[in-house]
Amino acid sequence: MNVPIIYTLCMILFSVGIYGIVTKKNVVKIILSILIMENALNLFILMIGYRKDGIAPIVQPGMDAAGFAASSVDPLTQAMVLTSIVIGLSMIALMVAIAIRLYERFGTFDISEIKDLKE
Amino acid sequence: MNNEKGMSEIVKAITSLVAASIMVFGINITFYGHLTPGGGFAGGLILAFLFILYYLAYGGDEELAKLPFKVNHILDSAGAIGFLFIGTLGIHFGGRFLYNFMKGGKAFHLLSGGIIPLENIAICIKVGASIFLVFTVLAVFRREK
Amino acid sequence: MIELLLILCIVAAIIAIESKNLLSSIISLGGVGFSLAIIMLFLSAPDVAFVQILVEVVMLIILIRATINRDVTEVKCKREFFGMIFGMALVTVLLGILLMGIQTLPEFGTALVNASAESVPAKYYIENGLAQTGSANIVTGVLLDYRAYDTLGEATVLFTAIIGAIAILRKKKTNE
Repeated sequence: MNVPIIYTLCMILFSVGIYGIVTKKNVVKIILSILIMENALNLFILMIGYRKDGIAPIVQPGMDAAGFAASSVDPLTQAMVLTSIVIGLSMIALMVAIAIRLYERFGTFDISEIKDLKE
Repeated sequence: MNNEKGMSEIVKAITSLVAASIMVFGINITFYGHLTPGGGFAGGLILAFLFILYYLAYGGDEELAKLPFKVNHILDSAGAIGFLFIGTLGIHFGGRFLYNFMKGGKAFHLLSGGIIPLENIAICIKVGASIFLVFTVLAVFRREK
Repeated sequence: MIELLLILCIVAAIIAIESKNLLSSIISLGGVGFSLAIIMLFLSAPDVAFVQILVEVVMLIILIRATINRDVTEVKCKREFFGMIFGMALVTVLLGILLMGIQTLPEFGTALVNASAESVPAKYYIENGLAQTGSANIVTGVLLDYRAYDTLGEATVLFTAIIGAIAILRKKKTNE
């Protein structure tokens, strides 16, 4: 078994988020768990594109093209993660709006109480 | 919440001192997004922070908050339409959507990116307006109850 | 170094999930996000780290706005023993599957080195990015030139989500 420790830690972070979603009953806690999962995924995608001792994918003046191509990290994963972070932000805004509405309607953040109150 | 508007005099003075630098920083990040780290998202978020800082320091009341609400709606749509418009110009000049038709200029200068700085500006307007819109929505609609 | 920061992330995430006070759990989530930004700097991704810091601040503002001044900021439900055991079991199984999956990945830091140029589009972007787009920051070049459709879709998602949030939060004057 050859398990790279850095990927393992990333997956443990992801599992913490899943544990929160499964066990917690508070709406805000569930939102936080989704955020943790999203952060872990972003980090995982970035780690795949990393190159050992790589430099940032920004060409400086006076840098030769071949040397840059041999040492730069993956720009594609960074662009994808950039998009994903901003989408996560808009997702948070939507989820928080729904949570605030739920609180105004039922007076609580607890989903099991909300289920009782609905009937 | 508290009756007196906004925060103390110290916060207001500091806010008006640093506001210009924050704005210049955000605009710089946006314009040079194709040469240095940054870009439309980061610049737009920094500009949104400037307005949030003003809002918190000077304690925007409801009338003050409703005016930027309308302006923000317009800016939000204008950013999206601007991006689409730049993309459509690509069809006219280059034959396909979002074609980089203004290529040229010396490398490592502001004009080297073609339409990339223009798209960055459109995204900056859109993201900044959106984020400030969310903040005003959360702040204002809560007080109305 | 990255491992240490990741352990800090995991500890902060566990505190954020298990804390009784909602405000302190939100602030612990800030700990996750900011240490993640430092990790991104170590992974040579300054663009992403920049945006991550700013987005984290906005998230904290929005989440604190959502919970502060509510009547209940304490979580006061009794811990369900069965639920916790079930969650632990599920997470253990899932973690096992994930760990089996990541063994097939190339070793950390070598994914780009060993791959052939045909199979990895990133190599093409790195080699031709400056000449073809004129943008020295290759990330911006990919984001706004090679893959501008992604950015267009992302702007659409942002627009839709903001409009949705406003529509949910807006109160009709005739209703109440």
